[in-house]
Amino acid sequence: MTFNGWFQIALFGAVVLALVKPLGGYMTRVFTGERTLLSPLVEPVERGLYRFAGIDRDQEQHWLAYAGAMLLFHAFGFLVLYALLRVQDLLPFNPAGQAAVAPDLAFNIAASFVTNTNWQSYGGETTLSYLSQMLGLTHQNFLSAATGIALSIALVRGFSRASAKTVGSFWVDLTRTTLYLLLPLCIVYTLFLVSQGIPQTLGPYLDVTTLEGGRQTLALGPVASQVAIKMLGTNGGGFFNANAAHPFENPTALSNFVQMVSIFAIGAALTNVFGRMVGDDRQGWAILGAMGALFLTGIAVVYAAESAGSPVLNALHLSGGNMEGKEVRFGIVASALFAVVTTAASCGAVNAMHDSFTALGGMIPLINMELGEVIVGGVGAGLYGMLVFVIVTIFVAGLMVGRTPEYLGKKIEGREVKMAMLAILCLPLMMLGFTALATVVAAGLAGPANAGPHGFSEILYAYTSAAANNGSAFGGLTANTAFYNTTLAIGMLFGRFFVIVPALAIAGSLAAKKTLPASAGTFPTHGGLFVGLLVGVILIVGGLTFFPALALGPIVEHLAGAAGQTFGTGG
Amino acid sequence: MLTQLRPAFVLIVALTGITGLAYPLAMTGIAGLVFSSQAAGSIVLRDGKPIGSALIGQSFTSARYFQGRPSATSAADPADAAKTVPAPYNAGNSAGSNLGPTSADLATRVKADLDARQVENPELPVPVDLVTASGSGLDPDISPEAALFQVSRVATARALPEARLRALVESKIEGRLLGVLGEPRVNVLALNLALDDLGSR
Repeated sequence: MTFNGWFQIALFGAVVLALVKPLGGYMTRVFTGERTLLSPLVEPVERGLYRFAGIDRDQEQHWLAYAGAMLLFHAFGFLVLYALLRVQDLLPFNPAGQAAVAPDLAFNIAASFVTNTNWQSYGGETTLSYLSQMLGLTHQNFLSAATGIALSIALVRGFSRASAKTVGSFWVDLTRTTLYLLLPLCIVYTLFLVSQGIPQTLGPYLDVTTLEGGRQTLALGPVASQVAIKMLGTNGGGFFNANAAHPFENPTALSNFVQMVSIFAIGAALTNVFGRMVGDDRQGWAILGAMGALFLTGIAVVYAAESAGSPVLNALHLSGGNMEGKEVRFGIVASALFAVVTTAASCGAVNAMHDSFTALGGMIPLINMELGEVIVGGVGAGLYGMLVFVIVTIFVAGLMVGRTPEYLGKKIEGREVKMAMLAILCLPLMMLGFTALATVVAAGLAGPANAGPHGFSEILYAYTSAAANNGSAFGGLTANTAFYNTTLAIGMLFGRFFVIVPALAIAGSLAAKKTLPASAGTFPTHGGLFVGLLVGVILIVGGLTFFPALALGPIVEHLAGAAGQTFGTGG
Repeated sequence: MLTQLRPAFVLIVALTGITGLAYPLAMTGIAGLVFSSQAAGSIVLRDGKPIGSALIGQSFTSARYFQGRPSATSAADPADAAKTVPAPYNAGNSAGSNLGPTSADLATRVKADLDARQVENPELPVPVDLVTASGSGLDPDISPEAALFQVSRVATARALPEARLRALVESKIEGRLLGVLGEPRVNVLALNLALDDLGSR
């Protein structure tokens, strides 16, 4: 570890923090329907859309209608994407002549992008046409991100309203998020990315004769416009197989820095939106504080582990840390930081191969996802995931002092706690259940590329990433098979919708309650004690559930590696 | 629920058009005008012919050139399309090795590369990036240490004085952005192009 390394990390933290208030203020105006700087430009488009779609922007929805609208919209989106992939060979913008995508892979990709997971069973440059990348993936990147944000706002309305029947209009939230927030940011961002060297072209792949006289085919495409939304919307699905490690997706140290900031920007600002909408900024900062504490712990471990390197390679008298799977322009620190950021948020883009991280360096990304990606988290998903944990924390605190728990003046009762637990329990069921299945059936055991405990980690990482809607991978796993494509897709769909629907139920139930004035006995939820309690609940719930699985994978691998043991034939 | 069908249908179609077509196509048009070289892939020309991209690493195996990092990319086997064969720096199929920290395969590969490199230059320790595969398999850069490590081999192969090559390498080192972000590095293709110019002078 070096001073420069820690300085890069500190600079990253400072820039993210500096963006929280301005971005939070703008987003609050967008979600409360106020006029913004962009209104003169965007409002005519917005009005036009509402007119064609028959939407009354003032008509709000009960939480059930909100959830129904969201599910219906996703069902349509899923079908459109699936159909597009199945017939991409017949459609234009396919200079590389990509064939139609196979049914199981198309199912997996559709589930993956609709749920904001962006798991890559496919290699972009060898599978997808330019049209599929734009019309299919870029488009779903916008809509799944907008959906996440819309849902978190609906939950915030649950807390901020009193005796209300409705939680907002899904159609209005979706449209405004896309038009006022994501699209304008992406337009500026795309141009910046192209200036750094990311291609943005519809031209065909280029065949060249290299300096030494060899042949090289350069895969190109409309890359920048997709990278912009994949980062900002915490989608993470790469245009290319190697994702943000590919020099065409992430060419410079600056593009890398801005990409990391953009993964966190909206998620972090949403805590500020939350504070503003419930009328107490400190509530937002407390939540961001809990996220920050978990984040700093994670980066410290990964940075230390990757700097120290793998004992097996160090035994060969190599020094300089673990560079297998990392790019020289990023080095150890920017690769370690990216890995923590992308799994803390539900992004899943990678600028280094997590599969080749040291055992402990690869364990932190796993833990980040197992905790439900509440450390900043996916756009929207992080906030509603965190608020679910807040409800459990408040409930635990209430049990300790023997009072009916309250949060922001709302009584937290049986229904909310039940829904919160439903959302929390869905993740380990998918992650551990499918991992267990894959380790006993032949189709699952055929997947891992690495032998020994690392092979188990590859399977565990895959289902964890899918259910947490992250999308990053221990990429050695051969996941493009009927077994993995299908089970991972199921994990993604359950991991998304069985968290969203209970979160909306909580929103509806809270919105209907009265807001009670704070009294002397109210537990303050903006101070250090609450932040500590919240972090404790997150770690204990996550730790107790996943520790046995981690012990079988990264922990035993770490101990074996320290003893100099290797696995596999070595041929 | 039926009343929701119209908004769902209209919004899917309209937002697909806006975000899936209008946005990427407009960006392609604007980027092509404002940053035409980058948008087309930062193609490097030599004698008017494209020889690669400034951002994408190439395979160098000759002792006369500075060499890049090991690359784990592969390509379809010409003899059997269902199989793959190693194809370093295949820019049509980016990939890392995905070998884990306790992989015997990784240890064997690194050991073999390490021994071969050490023969080339017994004087200096082998820099770690010269024996580890990059994440993309297309890393265009090596560390300054890895470039300086190869100076003696290239100098012998080209019958050039080492001091001249060392000065060339040092002139090609790119530092951290503003002294802070990223890591110091040398672009292998740019270095080798300069090397060829040096020889012809």
